[in-house]
Amino acid sequence: MSGAFRIPSAGRLSQAKTARFSFDGQSYTGIEGDTLASALLANGVHLVGRSFKYHRPRGFLSAGAEEPNALVQIERDAARKAPNIRATVQELYDGLVASSQNRWPSLAFDVGAVNDIASPLFSAGFYYKTFMWPKAAWKSLYEPKIRAAAGLGVSPDKPDPDHYSSRYAHCDVLVLGGGAAGIAAALAAAETGARVILADEHADFGGSLRFETGAKIDGQDGYGWAQAAIAKLKGMDNVRVLSRTTAFGYYAQNFVGLVERVSDHLQSPGHDLPRERLWQVRAKRVVLATGSIERHMVFADNDRPGIMLASAARIYLNHYGVAVGKNVGVYTANDSAYAAAIDLKKAGVNIAAIVDLRDHPTGPVIDEARALGIEINFGRAVIRAGGKLRVTSMTVQPKNGGGERTIPVDAILMSAGWTPSVHLFSQSRGKVAFNDETKRFVPGIYAQDCVSVGACNGTDGLSASIDEAYAAGAKAAKDAGAKTAKGTKPKVDASESWSRGMLGAAPGAGPDKTVKAFVDFQNDVTAKDIRQAVHEGMRSIEHVKRFTTNGMATDQGKTSNMHGLAIAAETLGKPIPEVGLTTFRAPYTPVTFGAIVSHARGPLFDPTRKTAIHPWAEAHGAVFEDVGQWKRAWYFPKAGEDMHAAVDRECVAVRTNAGLFDASTLGKIEVVGPDAAKFMELLYTNPWEKLEPGRCRYGIMLREDGFIYDDGVVGRLAPDRFHVTTTTGGAPRVMNHMEDYLQTEFPHLNVWLTSITEQWAVIAVQGPKSRDIIAPLVEGIDMSDGALPHMSVREGKICGVPTRLFRMSFTGERGFEVNVPADYGQAVWEALWAEGQKHGATAYGTEAMHVLRAEKGYIIVGQDTDGTVTPNDAGLDWAVGKKKTDFVGIRGLTRPDLVAKGRKQLVGLKTKDPKVVLEEGAQIVADPKQAIPMKMIGHVTSSYWSQNCGRSIALALVAGGRDRMGETLYVPMPNGVIEVEITGMVFFDETGGRLNG
Amino acid sequence: MLLIRCPYCEEERPELEFRNAGEAHIARSANMAGESDDDFEKFFFIRSNPKGIIYERWRHIHGCARFFNAVRDTVTDKFVMTYKAGEPKPSKLPGAVK
Ligand SMILES: [Zn+2]
Repeated sequence: MSGAFRIPSAGRLSQAKTARFSFDGQSYTGIEGDTLASALLANGVHLVGRSFKYHRPRGFLSAGAEEPNALVQIERDAARKAPNIRATVQELYDGLVASSQNRWPSLAFDVGAVNDIASPLFSAGFYYKTFMWPKAAWKSLYEPKIRAAAGLGVSPDKPDPDHYSSRYAHCDVLVLGGGAAGIAAALAAAETGARVILADEHADFGGSLRFETGAKIDGQDGYGWAQAAIAKLKGMDNVRVLSRTTAFGYYAQNFVGLVERVSDHLQSPGHDLPRERLWQVRAKRVVLATGSIERHMVFADNDRPGIMLASAARIYLNHYGVAVGKNVGVYTANDSAYAAAIDLKKAGVNIAAIVDLRDHPTGPVIDEARALGIEINFGRAVIRAGGKLRVTSMTVQPKNGGGERTIPVDAILMSAGWTPSVHLFSQSRGKVAFNDETKRFVPGIYAQDCVSVGACNGTDGLSASIDEAYAAGAKAAKDAGAKTAKGTKPKVDASESWSRGMLGAAPGAGPDKTVKAFVDFQNDVTAKDIRQAVHEGMRSIEHVKRFTTNGMATDQGKTSNMHGLAIAAETLGKPIPEVGLTTFRAPYTPVTFGAIVSHARGPLFDPTRKTAIHPWAEAHGAVFEDVGQWKRAWYFPKAGEDMHAAVDRECVAVRTNAGLFDASTLGKIEVVGPDAAKFMELLYTNPWEKLEPGRCRYGIMLREDGFIYDDGVVGRLAPDRFHVTTTTGGAPRVMNHMEDYLQTEFPHLNVWLTSITEQWAVIAVQGPKSRDIIAPLVEGIDMSDGALPHMSVREGKICGVPTRLFRMSFTGERGFEVNVPADYGQAVWEALWAEGQKHGATAYGTEAMHVLRAEKGYIIVGQDTDGTVTPNDAGLDWAVGKKKTDFVGIRGLTRPDLVAKGRKQLVGLKTKDPKVVLEEGAQIVADPKQAIPMKMIGHVTSSYWSQNCGRSIALALVAGGRDRMGETLYVPMPNGVIEVEITGMVFFDETGGRLNG
Repeated sequence: MLLIRCPYCEEERPELEFRNAGEAHIARSANMAGESDDDFEKFFFIRSNPKGIIYERWRHIHGCARFFNAVRDTVTDKFVMTYKAGEPKPSKLPGAVK
């Protein structure tokens, strides 16, 4: 037997398939197909959690996604600990381990429950009032305490070992909700041949047909009809049926996000299955069949375990075969709770009494209840529930006052009526309208190509819902371009029907009472809190919501919003629509980060770019650094070397013999066409028309505001062909910048731009022996200084493959950059490496490259410039064509601030103590004795130890820097002030003789 | 995710393929070097930032790579229309959005 409260004659689960599970260390037996909630209830367990603020004992309110109370922790193993799982949704599997949250030391005895007694401290707005002062106490005292006391489960502390998948899908008709209306709409749409997706959040379809025993469709009971219809839909090629799938967000242009829970219900999912799958569906038409959610009654202590929605008790009985008590009371303001009482009574459960707020209701369910001998009390209210860890009684009073009577019960079923689920409609930016007669918000003005059907549209009754849904499904398919439906509409033979109910606090929880009558269970918001918010000046429901936190918990107020709104409206003395409904936002229910991130994590988070020479560097012990998406060899340590030693050795070797450097990541763009030179004239500050083919020039690119945007060496291969290089990080934006001007401002120029970064591997060979290393491998290029001077380029062959051979230098040494097709990059590198070994060459990385260029005062855009540096500031005025009449940035350069005196200029810095290496970013002051905050006149942009200079070197941007040559300035640091001298930017080989050395 | 119609591809494509490129119909002067400070300020710094209809440049960067112009409502985030770079600012908008 799977629990003392299991009723063998009721429910649809097979008693034979048991599943063992544990809750808070205690073992229980349930049945396959149970939820954790139904399995616990079958074992008589109602107490499953403590509330967020007051730590009040809580049980199950519902049997579905709207559950505010029964949040538990599910633990599969050390890394798989999921907090805040709704026990009403979690399906049972053999071996499931669950525990309660927000209690210490135990669920039955919780120290935090003192908050319940001290509750005046925690009333509405307490966050805003209580913890305001002193400010510093927030970090050290209030926040940690509040977080510890208000814990909602424990996050896993290990990386998530599960994997998640993601799919895009397109369809003609997307039907959201698989109850009677959703199924009817899907059938109608599917029969036209349209592509249909039908999704429902539950494990099985049917919606309220899962508990409505009175429904008969096409000669079958409602649930049986639903299963047959789903089987039919699953058999159709044009239909995809998704169960356990929640539509959590409705976005622009009928784009809907859904999460399918693939394996959380399985005992051992294995690694083949993702835990969840994200569906991103673009639908031509959407049918919303999201149903309605029952509301609770707002009365004193309505949160005691054992008090739940009437429909929940009914589903536990009719679907799971579980009685929620042995002696059950009912408190209602509409008919639907009667059906629950009738079903339980027929299953042998005692119904202590039905308490109905209405004065003289009539109808078949009332007659039937009376005929079954159930005591019915009209015009009366339950003013209080007794019991603490479990409800023990309900106290009844005539609704206008009078004698009290206490009835012993072990459960209370409540129903204040049903709220249409307009969440997704609202997310689609549709505007809801208030129906004054039925006191509910229903879809009003649509913003997208969707339609609401059934209960979520305020349509009452099964027959009317199916009619509406079937017609809407057929129309949606037709509007999406399909043919006319050729099926037959399902015929409703019998149904249950009810509507109305009440909103707001029940008598006994009115403005004159100080009782705890809960509106929002998850955030512990009472009717009194909402009234208090109004009394303290909140007028808009948005303010009331934030002040009280009503509806702001993870359940997003699915059961509480309408009650809260009604109480606020009543207190304000305004009609409900004037107070307004808060906006519903995605997600409908919480979505895991895993589902959203999917496979895009770890190595798949961002693409990794590796050069053709990467494997060689890896094999030779390179340490890599990330430069954007690129992996670049940083330095090549030999055994026993730290970074410092390796970089010193590499720097010296380049200037002594030669070094090989992988420069493949350099951005490369080919500018081709009859107007290529004209285009270059406009995009760079330099003159290009007169640059001879075969020659190179260092180019500077500005933005229109006159600030340096990028730089690089440009080789002219032919009159109509430029090989442009950019910074490694700047390549994509430079390409975008060039395309922008070419397409929109200079479309008359006949030019083509091609990114060739990935096509050419680049091997820099630098140093006095560089020519000796390259020359034996080159064919068809005269390597003499006369034929191939500094800053020139030739096309020919190296190692038998095509090359663009640049004579250029970023080290100040005689240097070459060998461009070869990327596929040959590693082979040519290896050939050059072998040749280099004869000449004492070394491989060097980006760190040595940085040091070597700084020794020569060559800038790095983005390091020595920051988007506010002009060519003049950087000492590069020589690169701006003075006779040019236009280029991008020409006007910006003459702006008043850009020509003003005292701008920060790039200079060299030498520390007085040559051993001290400055910190990059360190601030510079003229007088270190001045009061703090000091006037800062510049900062260090580049700083290194230079083994070649035998001292530290640095570049800095300093106000009026070039007029301060030889001046002593100061760099105040936490450990003392560093004295520096302003110098020129070139620290090594000032005459530049080594370029031909 | 929005669908944006590329006027060159003549197709609606997902937002991920596009990149915004700022306000449209701000022409670069043919005599840039001779612009006054005021005119340069208007050209480079001043943008309209309207509540409602905005004319802006987009690039189909992960598609045909073309720049084009779009009319978008900043309140609803809806694209009213798109058109090719160089085409005049439309005088009438479809759907008569105010
Ligand atoms: Zn395109």
